[in-house]
Parts: sequence; structure tokens; C-alpha cells
Amino acid sequence: MATTRTTTVDGNEAAAAVAYRLSEIAAIYPITPSSAMGELADEWAAKNRPNLFGSVPRIVEMQSEGGAAGAVHGAVQAGSLAVTFTASQGLLLMIPTMYKLAGELTPFVMHVAARTVASHALSIFGDHSDVMACRQTGFAMLCAANVQEAQDFAAIAHLATLRCRVPFVHFFDGFRTSHEVAKITVLEDDDLRALVDPEAIAAHRRRALTPDRPVLRGSAQNPDVFFQAREACQPFHDACPEVVASTMRAFGERTGRSYAPFSYHGHERAERVVVVMGSAAETVRSAVDHLVAHGEKVGMLQVRLYRPFAQQLLVQALPACVRHIAVLDRTKEPGAPAEPLCLDVIAAVTAAGRDGGAPWAAAPQVVGGRYGLSGKEFTPAMALAVFTMLQQQPRHGFTVGIVDDVSHSSLAWDQDLELPHPGRKEAVFFGLGADGTVGANKNSIKILGETTDLHAQGFFVYDSKKSGAVTISHLRFGPEHFEAPYLITRAAFVACHQFGFLDKYDVLELAAPGATLLLNAPFPPERVWDELPVEVQQQILARRLHVFAIDAAAVARDAGVGNRINTIMQVCYFALAEVLPRDAAIASIKAAIEKSYAKKGAEIVRRNFAAVDAALAHLHPIVVPEKTTASRHRPPAVAAAAPDFVQRVTGAMLAGKGELLPCSAFPPDGTWPTDTAKWEKRAIAAAVPVWDAAICIQCNKCTLMCPHAAIRAKVYPPEAAPAGGAELPFQQWRGEEFAGRRYTIQVAPDDCTGCGLCVQVCPAKDKQNPRHKAIEMTPLRAVQAQERARFETFLALPEVDRTTVTKLDVRGSQLLQPLFEFSGACAGCGETPYLKLLTQLFGDRLLIANATGCSSIYGGNLPTTPYAKDGNGRGPAWANSLFEDNAEFGLGMRLSVDALGSRAGKLLHNLASALQADTLVADLLEPAARSEAWFVEQRARVGALRDRLALLATPEARELELLADYLVPKSVWLVGGDGWAFDIGYGGLDHVLSLSHDVNVLVLDTEVYSNTGGQASKATPLGAAAKFAAKGKAVDKKDLGLMAIHYGHVFVASVAIGAQDAHTVRVLREAEAHPGPSLVIAYSPCIAHGYDLVFGADQQKRAVQSGVWPLFRYDPAQIDRGEPPLIVDVPGGRQSVAEYMRNEARFAMVEKIDPAGFRRYAAGAQQAAVRRMAVYQHIAQLRFPHGTAAPAATAAGTKTDTGKE
Amino acid sequence: MDLSTTYLGLQLPHPFIAGASPLADNVDRARALEDAGVAAIVLRSLFEEQIDAEALAHHDAAASHADSHGEATTYLADPAACVFGPEAYLEHLHAVKQAVGVPVIASLNGYTYGGWIDYARRIAAAGADALELNLYYVATDPAESADELEENAVDIVRDVKHTVGIPVAVKLSPFYTSLANFAHQLEAAGADGLVLFNRFFEPDIDVENLEVRTHMEMSRSHELLLRLRWLAILSGQRSCSLAVSGGVHTAHDAIKAVMCGAHCVQLVAAMMRSGTGVVGELRAAVAAWLQEHGYESLRQMRGSMDLSRSPDPKAYERGNYMRLLQTYRSD
Repeated sequence: MATTRTTTVDGNEAAAAVAYRLSEIAAIYPITPSSAMGELADEWAAKNRPNLFGSVPRIVEMQSEGGAAGAVHGAVQAGSLAVTFTASQGLLLMIPTMYKLAGELTPFVMHVAARTVASHALSIFGDHSDVMACRQTGFAMLCAANVQEAQDFAAIAHLATLRCRVPFVHFFDGFRTSHEVAKITVLEDDDLRALVDPEAIAAHRRRALTPDRPVLRGSAQNPDVFFQAREACQPFHDACPEVVASTMRAFGERTGRSYAPFSYHGHERAERVVVVMGSAAETVRSAVDHLVAHGEKVGMLQVRLYRPFAQQLLVQALPACVRHIAVLDRTKEPGAPAEPLCLDVIAAVTAAGRDGGAPWAAAPQVVGGRYGLSGKEFTPAMALAVFTMLQQQPRHGFTVGIVDDVSHSSLAWDQDLELPHPGRKEAVFFGLGADGTVGANKNSIKILGETTDLHAQGFFVYDSKKSGAVTISHLRFGPEHFEAPYLITRAAFVACHQFGFLDKYDVLELAAPGATLLLNAPFPPERVWDELPVEVQQQILARRLHVFAIDAAAVARDAGVGNRINTIMQVCYFALAEVLPRDAAIASIKAAIEKSYAKKGAEIVRRNFAAVDAALAHLHPIVVPEKTTASRHRPPAVAAAAPDFVQRVTGAMLAGKGELLPCSAFPPDGTWPTDTAKWEKRAIAAAVPVWDAAICIQCNKCTLMCPHAAIRAKVYPPEAAPAGGAELPFQQWRGEEFAGRRYTIQVAPDDCTGCGLCVQVCPAKDKQNPRHKAIEMTPLRAVQAQERARFETFLALPEVDRTTVTKLDVRGSQLLQPLFEFSGACAGCGETPYLKLLTQLFGDRLLIANATGCSSIYGGNLPTTPYAKDGNGRGPAWANSLFEDNAEFGLGMRLSVDALGSRAGKLLHNLASALQADTLVADLLEPAARSEAWFVEQRARVGALRDRLALLATPEARELELLADYLVPKSVWLVGGDGWAFDIGYGGLDHVLSLSHDVNVLVLDTEVYSNTGGQASKATPLGAAAKFAAKGKAVDKKDLGLMAIHYGHVFVASVAIGAQDAHTVRVLREAEAHPGPSLVIAYSPCIAHGYDLVFGADQQKRAVQSGVWPLFRYDPAQIDRGEPPLIVDVPGGRQSVAEYMRNEARFAMVEKIDPAGFRRYAAGAQQAAVRRMAVYQHIAQLRFPHGTAAPAATAAGTKTDTGKE
Repeated sequence: MDLSTTYLGLQLPHPFIAGASPLADNVDRARALEDAGVAAIVLRSLFEEQIDAEALAHHDAAASHADSHGEATTYLADPAACVFGPEAYLEHLHAVKQAVGVPVIASLNGYTYGGWIDYARRIAAAGADALELNLYYVATDPAESADELEENAVDIVRDVKHTVGIPVAVKLSPFYTSLANFAHQLEAAGADGLVLFNRFFEPDIDVENLEVRTHMEMSRSHELLLRLRWLAILSGQRSCSLAVSGGVHTAHDAIKAVMCGAHCVQLVAAMMRSGTGVVGELRAAVAAWLQEHGYESLRQMRGSMDLSRSPDPKAYERGNYMRLLQTYRSD
């Protein structure tokens, strides 16, 4: 009967394992934090793992969550058992279909890793704002509070929906539960088989749409019948709670794990009760246990079945003597009298009084409050604060977990309080994303969870950067079962896997007194103490920490495992933490290595074994002296020169102290200053490029290709070099336009990620020693001080006068100031060079609508933003709306800019005579010449206009003062990835392109959903392995460019900056100059392609030369010049597609899985490239009669197109 | 005309076999080789170092970004499904063996002791009729002596022979200080045959871009001369099989190789340039030549011009070079 087999999994896997077994069809779409559920389902299906019914579920990735909902709707209507997985905005896109599914009483389950819905900002972390937006759809809603429940409730949802016909949302907290790794008892196939009702499945089959028993669903009804028919379903919803309860009882009998729709826990005569749902229930439970142990009459009610909300069951579950109830909601509904769970509880209490059956003599007072938005920590101390509030002065509308000094809603809590947890071992590990710390810790949990009787939990905190990202692993082990859905604050073991973190973060804040501190230190043991900053030495002494150190990087290097120090540090952890006998631990680590890497070949196993074997010999205790000896202090998070906001707010966030910022620190509407990345000096590169002026040929390719604007060029008069600054190496500028000026290339050493792309593309070699180029990667430590000083001096040099850069080619464009700098994108990112170039060309008049994805994360994920300002305070204005609506969002910007421009023009006309300004008005209204000089002159004219307006005292003059800047044309760009442009946003993009408005679309095509982890999109090429296409994509990518060409009036181009940089510069300028819509599709190498991105430019060349990425421009203006509008700049066909494919793991891995398949794909891709080029060459031959160009837009700012023709 | 020969103990109807190359990279092409009449097929080498390098590159690509951002724990599709190892090679070997009737000789280039032994064992188990050990190695480490290098090679040959039951040939480069001695050691260690010679990738220089270009030039007839000399030297000294590899493009080339002691002739460039039909042409031309010149069989001719039987054995030795210099005239 009940099994006791345990496993260690995260919440997503726990839920997916059940959903997969009980489903026949899954339609999915990636969205954090639920993506893993769909990925696992796809992975299992790819391995032909059967479901409970002996068939392999069919998995289909759709173009959006709306599409996934539609597909599962069809699947269940046609009689199958279907499932989907989603979160946040994705869930919101499913809402229309959810009404249908519920209205048609369709058994169905969707599993949701509940996540914040974007409002003033996007957040990938967990709260209930998404699921609460579905509470009115008619779906039943079942909430799991931990990983075990995520598995169990997945089953209960699938079982109950078949019995009651009401579809279910099964949800659990995003990240906190979806990503927590915990030891759970496995629900075996036999358990599911025993619980599933074959008759209920048969009944579902009998309701299937089939021409053998034809019926019609989805009719249109009129006022005569709709209302009655809508009410006819009510008995099913009424019956649902009891179906859930009885399913839970049957489940309990089978498994020994008992649940109920509402579970009370606490004193049987509790007077104060907290009602809560989700993982926070576990936190409140610990607080209740603590208080009850201290004699207090308190309790908590955990809501598990949220819809249908069974009022009577809730009331029955509460103790009769309850006086005060606090309802905790993990969502915010501005304008509502209370958050939804609170309103439901109030309604239940009221109903008990109204309808009878209330257990209490006097109805309890109910107050509601908010906690935990966007994954905000919710600790036992916060739960205690809620009980204290109920005791002292119940108040409605409170918040807990933040300091609200704006509305003063927040409860104070004891931030130092930690409930005792005897026997439990807690450890915290600070790692670098690339060093494998998280992977090793997941592995440690598996070792301890699956080879001992210990209970285990792991939770992992990531930062918002994609390069040099910090990870913090929180691991707990204990002999007793525990649930602790909050971070560790007093760890008995703290490991710092990167020595530099000690300068940036308060690592030891989490160390308990007497804790063990393990450092990965690139020094001999006798030097480690002296290398620590004073603050860290003080903490070690004050907390009496036991310090150990290892030069793990050296051990890793010697063992040949690169920078993967993970297993080395893991061995040290096991040796020091004594959670397992040392030999047993090492044997388990080796067994895990063998299991993980056996398929990757003996060499990888051998190297990792070597690393494990060498670890302990290099682990040394550090002698801690009696007092501090260091004179070095931890540097401030941001420089003293930073603006006030950056000091107060950004600085705190950078130091990891954002939690402490009060509400008043923040703008209330999500508006945030730009130009802040420059204050975040991350110094994450191991090596940075250093310029050798003697060799450079001034091509500026290095600065063009740098993804982070961390290597720059300037021309400047000799006298401009600031006095007292570092001496800069320089050359005389070679060229007529800046004769006599100096030229310098300079790296920003603390902002470089060390990707090496600049050196790779540098064509200038030392003639005596060609290995030495004009720039050479040099260890950061050796040159940091020198290059830092030089960069400071370099920044003080004047920027070039844009009007003097007459040739805007690769060389010229790179003299312009980049207004996109130092982003957190991956080292070697293939997207960011395009964005940087965009800001160099048009940055001071640029509006960007950015679709959600990588570019919105490195573009707008706090604490800082890479979008910057020039010396005049101008720069890109940037906003992200959603993933799916970006084209429309950008169009809206265009419409608004045009409308305000028109208004400014009209006001100017009206005020023309009053201004008494001779030709000024006429000059201002002249069509834009679009040269840099014209923009400077136009801005000067606007300045003159403002001077004149100041003399006028009319309302019109004031309004024109406000709008005068719109007389300078703006450049509107719609930026996003292929997931947006090819899939979820395609409908909107297509529509926007079909209009004539002057918007420019830049598609950063990585050929996968990069941000969510490399899922296939319609841009994924034939034969590439991607998630949801593990064996290689079976069809070639959509030709978005060709589709847009067919409109006729759209400027369309395909570029690859690493293959033909000059082409890219030219295309961006032509696209911007095109008066109608333009579409630029940009080849963007990505970590999801599976190769070292230092070779990104080489690989782009292969793509272009082979023809899989032809370079072309379709310029409608060519028609009136009597030329064919399509110009094929590089047709390819100069090397084999297979050669291109073999250089990327995404293709090559297919060869490893299925060599014949790879050959088939390679041949197919070759044929597709030839076929595509044949079509292009055909179009490129077409000459149209003069005057037959499709109607183009008129000059910017004067459009009236409604788009309604 | 009797063209039959014995190579590595394998009875072959004639000496022309397909050398290690992409010529048999898929089963259909292997069948085509057999249809064209090759007497045996040597498969392309299994390179242990390449397998490891590929595995490490894939591992790095997958691991270097894993578990570093909240949005995604991995960026590549289930890399665990990728198997890095000799499996694909072994499957191919097995499939070719099933598809053709001629002997199939596998080729192996290892770079660790374990790799040589383990992969040799698995190749034998997969059904190869013989194994060619490809000692392709460019010694660039000044700390590595010639003795060490040769001892390692001899150890590998001995241990592979102890491990597998099939005949083992050793494919050599010409760059040994004392090739005759080394060949002796290899035969003493159990080598059943020697293949003369490996052809290295020879890097070229791009003078415009100051870059090194690596590419493989196909062999030409003039490269045969070096091989003829060493065939002739070793033929009388060694009792193991000898194969010529590199430089045989015409019937005369083949005849010369056999006269110098070759038991078989490995063809690659000739077939890649002229198609597999060249096998039949060469076979017929050699038979006609033998006929025309009154030979009874190929065996009669084999080794007739080697060091022990040549009318002018000194011609294969150093003196030849000296005399050429002395008789050289600038006009």
C-alpha cells in the first residue's frame, strides 16, 4: 500500500511527474518559473516514457500561452486527458479559454508556479497575483504549500477534476516551492492507478466531440436563455469541494498523507487565528507551534482548496472561541476593500452568521494584510508580528515584511529573531553562476537526501545578471521532517566560493556564532587572513568563526576542470560540516560524478575524480589572530560621485541590502533613472584587453563587437588630455577629418566581462610576433589599477562632436558615444552589440519599446540599467510592456510622438506672428534633413524658440514650451527577440508592419527563447536541438523577412554584425531613414547555441558564408530609382552548412544522439538555404515600373494613418 | 593472373584495399567500395583525443551557464542524452561489417594508455577483422625523449595484442631516428603488420592575414619514393605484413610498392580523385603488366626489389645521397 520510497526533487518536477503520468496531451509554452514542468514533460516524452495508461503523452509547444490554452481546450473537447503548465502573464493569457473550459464542465488541470503579474515592474518571483486573477473563471483552485504537496495535490487535482468535471488550477509558490529541492515521499504508479477512477475517464471519453456521436458546443446564446443556461452548471461547482475532500480522504488512506480543503493547526481554544495559503502556511505553522508552546491561544488555518470557496467547511474548521482573524494575502488589489482571500473569509464569517451554523457566539473580527509580494521573504518572526498585532490592536490593510513609511501599513517585526531548530544543520554557499556551486549543492542534497535518513532542503537565490552572476545556496539537513520556506539567516557553515565577494557583499552576516567559514582563496594559507578586509576580520573575530581556506581555482586548474570548482568545494563542505562520514561522502560524490558524466566520456569523469582526490590535501585551517590586522576596508558599493538616488537606493541594492529600503525610497510608478550601470563596478573579468598603440590600425572593430561597451575609441585634440590624469597611450589619427588629433582605445577594466571577442576580431597583428595583436587579454589583477586610472582619464576626454563624423561607417560610428553600456548580459552576448550601435547612431533621440526577454532583463532588471545619457542629458527612453504586445506598444509610442509633434507644429503656426521670429518658425517646420548637423541646428532652433516663448504670456506659449522638443524628430525602435517577433508577438508585429507608421523593428534573433533557457521558437533552424526539440527541430525556421517583404512598403533587412559589420551599420541607418516601417533581423549568437562565444563573430561568418543566414536589404525606395528593391548583399553558398552546424553544440549534439538524423538535417538545411536564396535571387531580379512602389509613409510627425483601411 | 596476397593473415584476392579515410564513412559508401572491388576496407580512425575534446567542449557549453540565473537552470536541450564515446564508431563498424563481405579493418588513434587498450578491446568486440593502430603523434615537448616515445608505443602495441585476438597493424610516420630498429621492436611486441606511412596534416601559412591554415593535401605519386625506400629496407628485415599508404596512383606505383615488399596497397587519394572505379583499373593494369612481363603471380614479384634482393642495395642507403650531390651540376 503506502510507499516509503523517497526522492529529492524540486516542486516543478514533483508536480510534473504526476501530471505527465495522468495526461495524454500537453500543450506548453515557456515562462519562468514554470518552464521546467513543460521541459521535463517534453524530455520524458522524447525518451518514450509512458504515462499511467501505457502511452507516451504528446507534447506540443505553442506560440503563446493563449495558444497552449486553445490547444488543450481542443484536446479535452475531443476526449483526451490534457494538461498545461504556466505562470504569471502566461496564466493571464489563458483566462479567456479558462472561462470556456469551466463553462463547458471539462475535466482538465493546469499546474501553475504562481508568479507576480507585472505592474509597475516585471518580477519573475512568486506571489499570488496571477492565480488570483483567475478566481472568477469557474476553475477550482488547489494550493500546495510545499514540494510534497506539489506532488500530492497534482494528483488530487487530476483525480478530482475527472470526478466533478470542474477544471482545476493546481498552484504552488513560484521559486519558493517550484524551485525548492526537498526530500519527499514518492507517489508511485500503483498509488495513482489505485486512485484514478476509470469510469470517470470513460465518462469523459463519452462526452468527446466525435462525428460518431455529433453534438455542438460553443453555441451563441441570446438573452432569452443564456442566463438560465449559465446557472445550470451550479450544482457541479457546489459539489466540487466534497469531491475534493473525499478524494483527499481516499488519497490519505492510500498514502498515509491526509489533507483537507481547510486545515486548522494550533491551540484548540485559539482566540487568534491567521488564515493563509501557500508556502507561508508552513511559516505560520512554526510561529503557532512556538506561541502555543509558550502558552498562547493561537492557531492557523491553511487554505488548500481556494475555489470553490467552501464557506461552511472553512467556518467548521475554525475553533469556536476565535476572536480575531488575520487573513494573509500574497497579492495586492489597489482599490479593493481587501485582498481576495480576506474578502472570502469575511464573506464566510458573515454567511455563518446569516445562515446559521456559526460555531461562535460572537463573530470574530477579520482583518486582512499583505505579505511576500514578488517572493519577498516571509519569516516566522513576521508571522509572530501578525499574531502580536491581533493581540495588541487588530488593524486591517496591514503589510508585513517591508517598511512602509508611505502609507504606514507595515507591522514591525523582530529581525533578529530566529526560532530554535535543534538538530538541524544549516549551510549557506556564495558562488558564481559559472562555477557550478548550485549544481554541486543540488547534488549534495541528493546525496544526503537519498543515501541517509536525513531530511533535506535546498533553495537557491540568483541575482539579476547573466554574466558574473552571484548565487546563494541555502541548504538545510535534519533528522526530523521540517518545512522552512524562508532563507537561512544564522548558518553554522558559510562557504564563500569567490574571494572577491567578501569585498562586495556582507557574506558573514549569515554566519551564526561559532560557525565554520570556508573560503576559496587564491592565496597560500598564511596570506589569507591578511587579504581580508577589516570588516570581515572584525566579523570573524566577533562571531568566533572557524576559518578554512583552499585555493580551489588552482586545484581545478591542475585537475583540468577549468573554473568549475564545485566538486572541490563540495568535498571540503562534507569534510568540514561532518554531516556524513568523510569517506562515505567522497564515495557518494564520486558516484554522483560517475552518474552525471558517464555519457560525456571517461575523460570528464577522470578529471572530476582528480579534482575530488586533490581537494582535501589543499584545504587548510586558517589561524585567526586575536585582533584585526588589515588596513584595507571593504570598498563602497558605488563611488562617492554617484548621484543621491544611486547612493541611497541603487547602492543599497548593489550591496544586497535592498530588503532594508523603505517604500518612500521608491518612485511610486515604476519610473527609474537611466545612466546607472556605470556606477556598478563589478570587475568580473579574469582578463581584460589592453591596447598596444604601436600595432593598432584604427579599424574600431573591437569597440563595435564589444557586447558591453567596455572597450572604446576616442579622437581628441592633444590639449584635451586632462591635467593630472593618467597618461594615455595614443596614436595620431589616420584620416583627414580629424587631422592632428590623437586616437586612443581604452578598456573599462571593471566593466569588461573578459569575453575576448574584441581580441578575436582584431585584425592587427604584430609583424614580428603575430600572436600579439593590437589588443591582448591580460590578467585583470596585473593591470586593474593602471587601466582603471586610464579609463577615468579617458572618460574625462571630450566626446567627439557628432557633426564632425562625416563617414558613419564602422570606424566612424565607433567614435560616437555608446548610450548602452556595461549591461549584465552574458559575456560574449550576440545581441548587445546591435543595441549599443543603435544608441551610438540614434541614442539621443531614441525611444525603445522592448519586448520581454533577455533584452528586457539586461536592459531593465534592477539594480541598474545600461541605458545611458550623453553630456546633454539626452539618451534612450526605454520601456517594457509585455512579451506579446511590444509591437503595438512601440506603435503607440510612435503615434504619441507624432501626435505631440503635430500639436507642437500647430502651436508654432498659431504663435508664428506673436513670436516675431523672422524665419525661425519656417525653419523649424522644414522637413528633417536627418543629418547630425541638422539635428544640432534644429535643437538650437528649439532653444531659440524657447527664448522667444519666454517673452509670451499666453497658455499656448506655455504649452509649446512643454512640447517644443517634439519638433526634433524621434526615432522609435521596437526591440525584442525571436520569441516575440516570430511567435507570441507575431500577430501584433505583422499588424504594425502592415501600417505605414515610421517604426523600426530590431529582432535580436538568437533562434531560441534564450531568456527562459533555450526553448525552440519558430526561428529555431532545421536540425538544431533546443528544448521542446531535443532531437533536432524537424522544420526550418520561418522566413520572417520574406513575409514582411510581401507587404511591399516595409524596409526589410537581414544582418550579422560579426560577419559583415559595415553592412550592419549601413542597414541600421537605412532602416531608420526609411519613412515607413522597417524590420531588421539580426543574427545574435547566444549561450544556448552551445559554443564559446569568443568565436561568435567567426560563427556568424560561417552562417553567412554557408547561406543559412544570407545578408540582404529590401528597400522599397529602390523601385522609384528604377532598381530592384531587393538587394542580396551576401548570398552564401561559399561553404557547407554542415561545417557551420558542426561548430555549435545545438546542432552537433544531434549528431551524437542520431548521426543519421544529423546528416539528414545538414542536407536539408543546405537545400533550404539554396531554396531560400533561389527565391531571393528571383525577387532581386524584379524591376518594377517607375511609380509603382507601395504607398510609403510621409515624413515623421505628420502621419494621420489610422490603420483602419 | 594470380594477384592474391596475404595481409595481416587475411587472404586477399589482390593487394588493393581502401585506406583509412572518409571513403567508408557510411554503409552505402562501404558497399560501393566493395562493389568497386576493393579487397578490404580500412575505416577512418577513431580518435580518442577528439572524442574527449568534443565531450569537454559540449560539457563546457552546457555547464558554464547552468544554474546561474533564476529564469533558467540550463540553456541546452537535455545534454544528458548525448553520448560521447566510441559508440557511434563501433556501431558504424558493426554496420559496415554486416553490410560487406570483404574484411573490415578498424583504425584507432589513442592518446591515453587506457584509451588505446579499452577502445581496441571494444573495436575487436564489435567485429573488426583487424585493427590498425594509428601512431599519429607530433612530438613537440622537449622533455619527451625519442626513447620514451618509442617505448610507450611498443608498450601499447604489446598490450593491445594481449587484449585483442585480431591481427594488429601499426601505421607509422617516417620520422623515427631508427625506423628499422623501431619496426623491429614493434614486431617483437606482436605487431602483425606495418603501414608505411602516415601523412600528417601539414599546416600552411596565410601571409596576408598572418594565420596558419590547416588542410589536408591529397597524396601524389612522388610521395611514393620515401615509402619505396622503407618498404625495401624493412621487407627483408621483417616477417610481418607491410602495407603502403600514400602515393600509389598508377599501376606502376603499385608494382613498385609490391616489388619493394608491400603485401597490400592502401588507396585513398586515387579513389577520391578518380572515383572508386580506379580499383578495377589498377587491378587490371597490374595483371596485364605481370602478364606482359612474364610473371606468374603477384607473390613472385613481391619483394623482388627490396634491400636484400635488389641488385643495388646501396641505392637505398645514405651513399646514394652523397653520390647525387657529388654528381650534381648546376647546368
